[in-house]
Amino acid sequence: MKRYLGFLLAAVWLSTGWASPEVYDFPIDNKFLATVVGTPPEYRAELPKKIPLKKRSITIFEDRENSEILDVPEALWFDAELRYSEALQKGPAPLVFLIAGTGASYSGGKNTNMARAFYQAGFHVVSISSPTYMNFIVAANSTGVPGNAYQDAEDIYRVMETIWGKLKDRIEVTDFYVTGYSLGGFNAAFVTLLDETKQTFNFKKALLINPPVNLYSSISLLDRMLENIPGGVDNFPQFYNRLVEQVTRAYKKTDTVDIGENFLYQAFEAVNPDTEELAALIGVSFRISSANMAYTSDLMTDFGYIKPKNVTMTKNSSPGKLQKVAHRLGFTDFYHVYFFPYQKEKNPALTRDKLIADMSLTGIEDYLRTAEKIEVMHNQDDIILEPGQIDFFPRVFGDRAKIYPRGGHCGNMDFRDNVTHMVNVFSQ
Amino acid sequence: MKTVYKQFQRHLLLLVAVLALGGCSTAPVMQGDEVIEPSFPASRVLGDDVDYVADDISDPWEGFNRSMYRFNYRFDKYVFLPVVNGYKFITPDFLEQGIHNFFLNLEDITTFYNSILQFNGTKTVQTTGRFLVNTTVGLLGFIDVASKLDIPKHDEDFGQTLGHWGVGNGPFLVLPFLGPSNVRDGIGLGVDWAVYTAIQDELDMKDSEEWALAIMKAIDTRAHVAFRYYETGTPFEYDWVKLLYTTKRKMDIEK
Repeated sequence: MKRYLGFLLAAVWLSTGWASPEVYDFPIDNKFLATVVGTPPEYRAELPKKIPLKKRSITIFEDRENSEILDVPEALWFDAELRYSEALQKGPAPLVFLIAGTGASYSGGKNTNMARAFYQAGFHVVSISSPTYMNFIVAANSTGVPGNAYQDAEDIYRVMETIWGKLKDRIEVTDFYVTGYSLGGFNAAFVTLLDETKQTFNFKKALLINPPVNLYSSISLLDRMLENIPGGVDNFPQFYNRLVEQVTRAYKKTDTVDIGENFLYQAFEAVNPDTEELAALIGVSFRISSANMAYTSDLMTDFGYIKPKNVTMTKNSSPGKLQKVAHRLGFTDFYHVYFFPYQKEKNPALTRDKLIADMSLTGIEDYLRTAEKIEVMHNQDDIILEPGQIDFFPRVFGDRAKIYPRGGHCGNMDFRDNVTHMVNVFSQ
Repeated sequence: MKTVYKQFQRHLLLLVAVLALGGCSTAPVMQGDEVIEPSFPASRVLGDDVDYVADDISDPWEGFNRSMYRFNYRFDKYVFLPVVNGYKFITPDFLEQGIHNFFLNLEDITTFYNSILQFNGTKTVQTTGRFLVNTTVGLLGFIDVASKLDIPKHDEDFGQTLGHWGVGNGPFLVLPFLGPSNVRDGIGLGVDWAVYTAIQDELDMKDSEEWALAIMKAIDTRAHVAFRYYETGTPFEYDWVKLLYTTKRKMDIEK
């Protein structure tokens, strides 16, 4: 009997630890669809609806007028303070900083869901906007020009330190952690690198969720997605009107009178956009982020990128044509015509290729290979990566990279398995 | 009742006049005589024969609207939201929901006569059903029994009725306290408000009661709108609000 039992146990052990293929039942196969709609409600991790997530704002640069920090532009008078949120445990607990993705705020859906997951798992949570988000550029960017991986990391680090300065008398923190998705994951890598020298937090672990490998190659891919608008960008109004028509048709059929998240799911099922339309939508969404970022930065520095240098926008000024121009320009325009010349002025030896190589995870590959504390969660079919780029992660991070077969760009972040993995990385 | 409203109206008109007169130019300020060309001048980037999404939304009073938008932000931040947050803090969730249901039920009166005015039988019947069930079994509307019985809820107002019969938007208009609107919907609001007060007068409600009800309704409405001024993360927020408001109203009229 005992022998059989031993045999059985051995069989079970073999089948769980070695023989069984991992089942991953994230339901959306189309990577564009996953990117746009995310995880369907019934597949999401169960998270508490209400957590004590409090909105805060804080001054990052105390004395702008007597320092090199640029003034808040008149047109952006409302953004002098940085907004963020915090959810604090009552007793001693580890603290996790969340960094949002491109153009996204601390209060966006993805950060809020991560906050719920980590708060439920017993963490203090501090949620921060992306350094490409308008409020961050105005209130917390030391130069007014976002996009430099190293400088963004310093800006984020300063924000974390300032917030921690306000929190440290109120809460007890056992260890510090940092995570972020998309560009926020990329930022988290450089923040962790900076922490090695600054050592304010000595992060115990960092988790990079769906980061780009090379910033320039990802922004090029995203810019190109707008080409999926039927007839090109010039036909955006037709594209918009057709979309509104289709959504209206779905809206007329439903019993709901408000356009909330649930309705948007119904609308998607009814409209059933094809892959090109989905790619176009992703392109439009990122174009809006790039327009916001570039125009905000232009107002900060008076670089003369979109707005003429000798023109000042007042509180009441209508952006008019400047707004249209901003939406006509992509991340790559910003990179070549504004970002590179701006960096080169500071560092005349800089070349375009060097800058592109520097703004990448490959640029800090040696550090990443040995940094045991950094883990990655990514998707095989992420649309912000070029073919083959995903292999960078298993190659450099080895077992510390968890690559899911599906999910597109961040589409599976709310999926049960992913949330469990996210929390486990920091709980081990 | 009337005297208090008149006083309120007078203050409101004064506010509107002050905003209309005070520094409403939407032009940027320029130093020197000639514009220093930016890297991407509009003349080069924008095609002459290309349409842009919001081009057909008329906004001749943009200066006034932008000033009013800022006024609403300040009112929201320093008065409205603190009151709303206090209300949410002291009111138990079930009561908050009950109060919300109560006002939604009152709105069914507006939906009811506007459904008739739009010659829409289904909506009229369903809304009548909802109102009767919720007002009786649902204890004056505090419990939304009708939704549990799967009677669909509609949302019609006089602005939509005008739109239904082909009246265009008219110029975009930011109303004090109420936010984005347009001339058609502004008139619609006025008509619906007049009907609402006429009903209250019919019910012999006192001034103080009407005010209390109006303030509660305002608080309840704000508590259920997630929008926060200047927190959308775009330097073009006013323009986005204009576009999305206009689009949403178009959808509502078609529904």
